[in-house]
Amino acid sequence: MAEKVIYAMYDDDDVLKDGAKKLVAKGVKISEVFSPFPIHGIDPIIGIKNTRLGILAFIYGITGTMLATYGMRFFMVEDWPMNIGGKPNFTYLDNMLAFIPITFEFTVLCAAHGMAITYLLRNKTLPGMPAQNPDPRTTDDKFVMEIRLSENSSFSAEQLEGMIRETGMIELDQKEIK
Amino acid sequence: MHKEAAIREPLILGHKTYHDVTEDVCKPIEDKAPRMWYILFGIALIIGLYGVGSILYLLGTGIGVWGLNKTIGWAWDITNFVWWVGIGHAGTLISAVLLLFRQKWRMAINRSAEAMTIFAVFMAGLFPLIHMGRLWVGYWTLPLPNQFGSLWVNFNSPLLWDVFAISTYLSVSLVFWYIGLIPDFATIRDRAKKPLSKKMYSILAFGWSGRAKHWNRFELVSLVLAGLATPLVFSVHSIVSFDFATSVIPGWHTTIFPPYFVAGAVFSGFAMVQTLLLVMRKAMGLEAYIHTKHVEYMNIVIMVTGSIVGVAYLTELFVSWYSGVEYESYAFINRFSGPYWWAYWSMMTCNVISPQLMWFRPLRRSLLFTFIISIVVNIGMWFERYVIIVTSLHRDYLPSAWSMHYPSHIDIAIYIGTIGLFFTFFLLFARYFPVLALNEIKTILKSSGESYKNAPDHSHDNHSNH
Repeated sequence: MAEKVIYAMYDDDDVLKDGAKKLVAKGVKISEVFSPFPIHGIDPIIGIKNTRLGILAFIYGITGTMLATYGMRFFMVEDWPMNIGGKPNFTYLDNMLAFIPITFEFTVLCAAHGMAITYLLRNKTLPGMPAQNPDPRTTDDKFVMEIRLSENSSFSAEQLEGMIRETGMIELDQKEIK
Repeated sequence: MHKEAAIREPLILGHKTYHDVTEDVCKPIEDKAPRMWYILFGIALIIGLYGVGSILYLLGTGIGVWGLNKTIGWAWDITNFVWWVGIGHAGTLISAVLLLFRQKWRMAINRSAEAMTIFAVFMAGLFPLIHMGRLWVGYWTLPLPNQFGSLWVNFNSPLLWDVFAISTYLSVSLVFWYIGLIPDFATIRDRAKKPLSKKMYSILAFGWSGRAKHWNRFELVSLVLAGLATPLVFSVHSIVSFDFATSVIPGWHTTIFPPYFVAGAVFSGFAMVQTLLLVMRKAMGLEAYIHTKHVEYMNIVIMVTGSIVGVAYLTELFVSWYSGVEYESYAFINRFSGPYWWAYWSMMTCNVISPQLMWFRPLRRSLLFTFIISIVVNIGMWFERYVIIVTSLHRDYLPSAWSMHYPSHIDIAIYIGTIGLFFTFFLLFARYFPVLALNEIKTILKSSGESYKNAPDHSHDNHSNH
């Protein structure tokens, strides 16, 4: 179903942030902000929760630690114990010091790649995906606020436009999106 | 918004707007390449192809084409490997460690330094691979069950730790670099006029749109990757140094190696960054973003790490005498007074004396002087590895086994060839990729840009919850 959306464009990040604060105070729901760089402090204003990717990175890392530990125990102690330079290989603890570098490297490997892949999937940014920014200038020097009429049913389109015009925006656009 | 003391030098000179930043970085990519670029690219490519040809000749004939012998089993190959890995360290240090320390000056140099890292680690990786002689069985270094029985790779060996360290380092740096590049590719994509470049940059930009939620994730991912990459940087060169330190060869068997190698790596890496950036800023007109202050900061890093390296050299000498071990002290006496004295003293001059000149402010702010020193440092760091590897090996316990190392033309060709390949990659990067981190530069424009910083009437609101 087609939906009416208002795009308000700004040419300064601080103006947009102040505008967003005023609009939110009046009860307007801002569904999205597009910007060429991260605007610090915009997330709590428009109600975006902090990402939980950090927790995931920790889980991926721990998985890597366990895999490396299990793998090296299996290879070096259980499956084919090697006597290297007379150093015993009967238990994992005998040789643990030699296993630390690879355990560390594998932890970092899993945490970094696991998080990076999750990040790309969650953002739906993958090779060949179509661009979704409403205006090509939002990756250069313009900042766009997206307000959906369906999420602001208590206001009419004219009321919303009137309120947005007071926030120092430079361009206003109404579009229908699917 | 973040405030900065007025006394600090601005990081971005001139009166730049957000749009100017985009223009300045994207222009060189969108315009036709200057003639000089083609000339340099041609030279680099020819040298690189000569190196590739020499590698193919080596693979067809065998490792015997190198100047190695029974006593000196490691020479230029491992020297070059350690040299390139060391150079690679600066990129991750700049982008990860300086990110954790919130050093804003990194933003002008991190993108190209990381590119340099990746290409340098490519070059480094080549050497152990071709040293195998049979390149196509390189995968035997991975813990795969093999068909000859259930024998596994040796997890006690620093050589295997190296396989894991270098491959983790390369792939994590690549991911870190690319995640930062995605928003900048989107900028180029949205500006592109020609259908082919539009198509190419759309693929590279992964459909990035700059939503607030995506930026939120972007910042956290950058921070966590930086947190992961920081210990990684230190671990990689420590593990490279274990290749030597865990052996029982006098001159290698040294506990000081890991910190000494890491400091040396940062030292040579920053020198290479200086060499590349001093040319790049001029050629691409980026003087407003990478200026004297950035060069000075990097020179201070060179001075500090150079001093650490100097202290390590002296400590090594002292300990070789203090240990009372005859073989140990001979290894070091032989280093500075034996047949390789010239390599030792080149190393000492280039690495210990030259960085000390950076104490003088006019010198460390002089671009020409910096350029010369940056090349001197990299020559010195190559000699450091050569001295450690060759002089420790060439006089065995048995005088009948004593030998000298003379590089063959293939040794030289492969080394020079990797320099050619490195510059080929770097020139391609400078031509097609955004060489400055656009999205990061824009975030500091208001706090560190000259026109905003020194504006008399600062009317921006300061009630942000930063």
